[in-house]
Amino acid sequence: MLAHLPVLQVIVPLMAAPACLILGRSSLAWLFSLIVSATACLISITLLQQVMTSGTIIYALGGWNAPWGIEYRIDELNAYLLLIISAISTVILLASHTSIKKEIPKDRHTLFYVLYLLSLAGMLGIVATGDAFNVFVFLEISSLSAYSLISMGKDRRSIWASYQYLIMGTIGATFILIGIGLMYQMTGTLNMEDLAKRLPEVAQTRTVFAAFVFFIVGVCLKLALFPLHLWLPNAYAYAPSIITAFFAATSTKVAVYLLIRFTFSIFGLSFSFTTLPLQTIFLTLGLLGIFAASIAAIYQKNVKHLFAYSSVAQIGYMIVGYSISTTTGLMATLLHLFNHALMKGALFLALGAVMYRIGSTQLRDFQGLGRQMPITVAAIVAGGLSLIGVPLTVGFISKWYLVLAAIESGWWPVAVLILLGSLLAIVYVWRIVEMAYFKEPLMNREPVKEAPLAFLVPVWMLVSANIYFGVDTRLSVQVAQAASQSLFGVSP
Amino acid sequence: MNLSLELMLQLCIILPLITTIGIVATGRYPNIREGVTITASLVVFYFVISLYQGLQQGEAISVQWWQLLPGLQLSFTIEALGMIFALIASFLWFITTLYAIGYMRGHHEKNQTRFYCCFAIAIGSVMGIAFADNLFTLFIFYEVLTLSTYPLVTHAGTEEAKKGGRIYLGILLSTSIAFFLLAIVSTWFVAGTLDFTAGGVFGAEPDILIASVILVLFIFGIGKAAIMPFHRWLPAAMVAPTPVSALLHAVAVVKAGVFTVLKVCVFIFGIDLLDKLPSTQFLLYLAGASILLASLVAMRQDNLKARLAYSTVSQLGYITLGALLASTSGVIGSSMHIATHAFGKITLFFCAGAILVAAHKSKISEMRGLGRQMPITMAAFFIASLGIIGVPPTGGTWSKWYLLMGTMEAEQWILMTVLMISSLLNIAYLLPIPIRAFFPGDTAPSSDITSNFTIKEAPLPSLIALSVTCVASVILFVYPQPLYELATSILETTGVAHGQ
Repeated sequence: MLAHLPVLQVIVPLMAAPACLILGRSSLAWLFSLIVSATACLISITLLQQVMTSGTIIYALGGWNAPWGIEYRIDELNAYLLLIISAISTVILLASHTSIKKEIPKDRHTLFYVLYLLSLAGMLGIVATGDAFNVFVFLEISSLSAYSLISMGKDRRSIWASYQYLIMGTIGATFILIGIGLMYQMTGTLNMEDLAKRLPEVAQTRTVFAAFVFFIVGVCLKLALFPLHLWLPNAYAYAPSIITAFFAATSTKVAVYLLIRFTFSIFGLSFSFTTLPLQTIFLTLGLLGIFAASIAAIYQKNVKHLFAYSSVAQIGYMIVGYSISTTTGLMATLLHLFNHALMKGALFLALGAVMYRIGSTQLRDFQGLGRQMPITVAAIVAGGLSLIGVPLTVGFISKWYLVLAAIESGWWPVAVLILLGSLLAIVYVWRIVEMAYFKEPLMNREPVKEAPLAFLVPVWMLVSANIYFGVDTRLSVQVAQAASQSLFGVSP
Repeated sequence: MNLSLELMLQLCIILPLITTIGIVATGRYPNIREGVTITASLVVFYFVISLYQGLQQGEAISVQWWQLLPGLQLSFTIEALGMIFALIASFLWFITTLYAIGYMRGHHEKNQTRFYCCFAIAIGSVMGIAFADNLFTLFIFYEVLTLSTYPLVTHAGTEEAKKGGRIYLGILLSTSIAFFLLAIVSTWFVAGTLDFTAGGVFGAEPDILIASVILVLFIFGIGKAAIMPFHRWLPAAMVAPTPVSALLHAVAVVKAGVFTVLKVCVFIFGIDLLDKLPSTQFLLYLAGASILLASLVAMRQDNLKARLAYSTVSQLGYITLGALLASTSGVIGSSMHIATHAFGKITLFFCAGAILVAAHKSKISEMRGLGRQMPITMAAFFIASLGIIGVPPTGGTWSKWYLLMGTMEAEQWILMTVLMISSLLNIAYLLPIPIRAFFPGDTAPSSDITSNFTIKEAPLPSLIALSVTCVASVILFVYPQPLYELATSILETTGVAHGQ
């Protein structure tokens, strides 16, 4: 049984998705999904433990050995990502039953859980697999279910947002497929390990360059790197609250994983960063993204939009860390993957609670909310502080390593820019604080009660995680360090 | 009680935080709630006194908590400079609570439970700063202090409070993230350690250019020291209730700032290195300019609290200047000035609050003849003003004396002149207030004051508080020995490390 864990991780949610249809009733489907997600989470914890003690796990699907069969490879990086995705998914599902009651028509509840589990399975699959084509398959599974989940939003603009995402996402996925296809043409293999061995022989060909460029652009579309982020703010703002929380915390992380996996493990560091000017491009785009998106966030009227733009900015930080391309830089990126998932999960879920009570996330509707929903708004403030990077929160840990990485490489101006960028976060977070605490509640509004426990418990679980992992960094730092070092060790 | 000194050290930091639970739990019963605060402040003061005795007996007390990041530990220790700061802060926490009871009730303030809670957290983080054994620990508590005092500054919840809070948080957080954090990470990278070490951490042959830049980053980044041009938050924070202005903006927050500056100068750079850096000279003149300009601005303020705020900016400049002088007398003067200015300024703020509560006046021009109505308050105001100016019979005399000596030792004649001119300016903007209050002259316009001979002082707890701090300020003149010994022993440890 234990030997099959890598595949069970993906298969369990994948098989459970259609099973939801049989259950039919909303509450049953919810309970079932929760159990499935929790199982996935337990599996990923076990996998992480195994990887940290005994090294990479290789699993040949159906007993067919690579490079003929499909291989699942779990190393530190995979296990780390699997844990982030499945854990966040489980915590967020806790609130979903309550949340979707007000946002999605009752007859679509079962469908919601089917799609949710499919999306979860897709993301876990992308991370777990060691086969390049398999990546594309799972990418489509998770993306297609994501498009339909986003279109379920209460606001009718969600359909337009979903359509935008569909177009951009499909272009991205197609580019990725073209990239993988060209690699296959040159090497005759789809197994990642095998690709990494064979690519250097043909590295100096135009086809491989083209494959690389197609792949990178495709992935950057999926991870919403500035200026390819245009689909993200609307998709996040109009999707159902649960979905926003889930995707904001996980889906862009998966794309960042793909970027790291392909450039470091498959194409190799020297090809990615020496042959091509990837470093300069990513550094520039990352920094531009931090500033442009943070400034855009300051001017948003909808808090969901605000945090969506902030997500684009945070992706900028990850890309900056990645472009430094030292062990510390990559470690900062990996830490921020984890930390940002915790921050945005908490923030968007708290926004879901606000949505549940007042039916809106417009900034002006936050007036006086600090007194009416003190516990929820306190969670938003705590999440916001973490976003700013105040000590004793996870945001500080990311920032520390990111600045340290920049200084280690002698990139002083970058270190300064990273810190200046986080000052912009103070501005947009404090707009919410001032609105919630310094304005009288709207007169014509019904009295607002504190959010139900179904929200408060998962929200504060995530907020506590924000603080806990900001104080006790052993787990995140250790795993991120191990993953970063193995990526640099493996790559030629 | 038979607690080990290590435990007491930790309790100094933790106890105020635990107290918040008690304050919230008893929030419905104001008397019990204030009782909880007072008890906690007395216990913390007792702990600090015990630690002081321990320090005098030469016991090495240090505590390690856990590693936040590999190599970066939360750890605390007892050392003379931190002891001065901890003694002042814990003693004045007790006094201020006493004062706050009178003020907050007399002024019918709302949300008093939140007020006492944030106050306790702020004091806990001040203790953390005072006892921090490395820059990393200090930085964490520094930020906690900023955030926990934000609700205190914006206590009134009005549009004006919001604006004040915005400037307060904006400047303090921005400078600490953009400069202070950068300076810390750079120090960590260059020196490989953030521990406060006698004689500095940069080693024998540091890169002068990088060290210069880092020093500038530190001085700009420690926004709480309110060196110009990063001083705007201090006047802005004066929208807070007076007890907050008194403790936090005359003692805890600003002194945390200059304390950090002193710590960085003495234990991160070391005064020998400081002397060599070209940027030190530039920063000295900046501090000098800050002293003079703030005094000049203070003269033009009609609002009493605003005038006191600018006076604080100016006095903080003294301490930064003393630290940067890189001479023995400079450091002694600075660390003594932390204490003497604290007692003088808190008395002045207490008086300002008492006038507001009893006579409902906040403008200096309206205070003519007020001495007949509030004789004790105004007398205390007079003595405390002498303390700020630095003349007998107050403790301020000694600290200013050593600061002047410091400028002479360093042969900084321009700065010596600056200090002397500034003292004259202090006289010009502080002394007229009590003098006019007692001797309104013929032109006293407001008939309601001259006709009203009845004494109407502030509530008794407030009056006791301001008398105690005023007397303490005088005691520091008559009996400065303990303070002086602590101040000199800061450098003795440094001297030993250098084999001087």
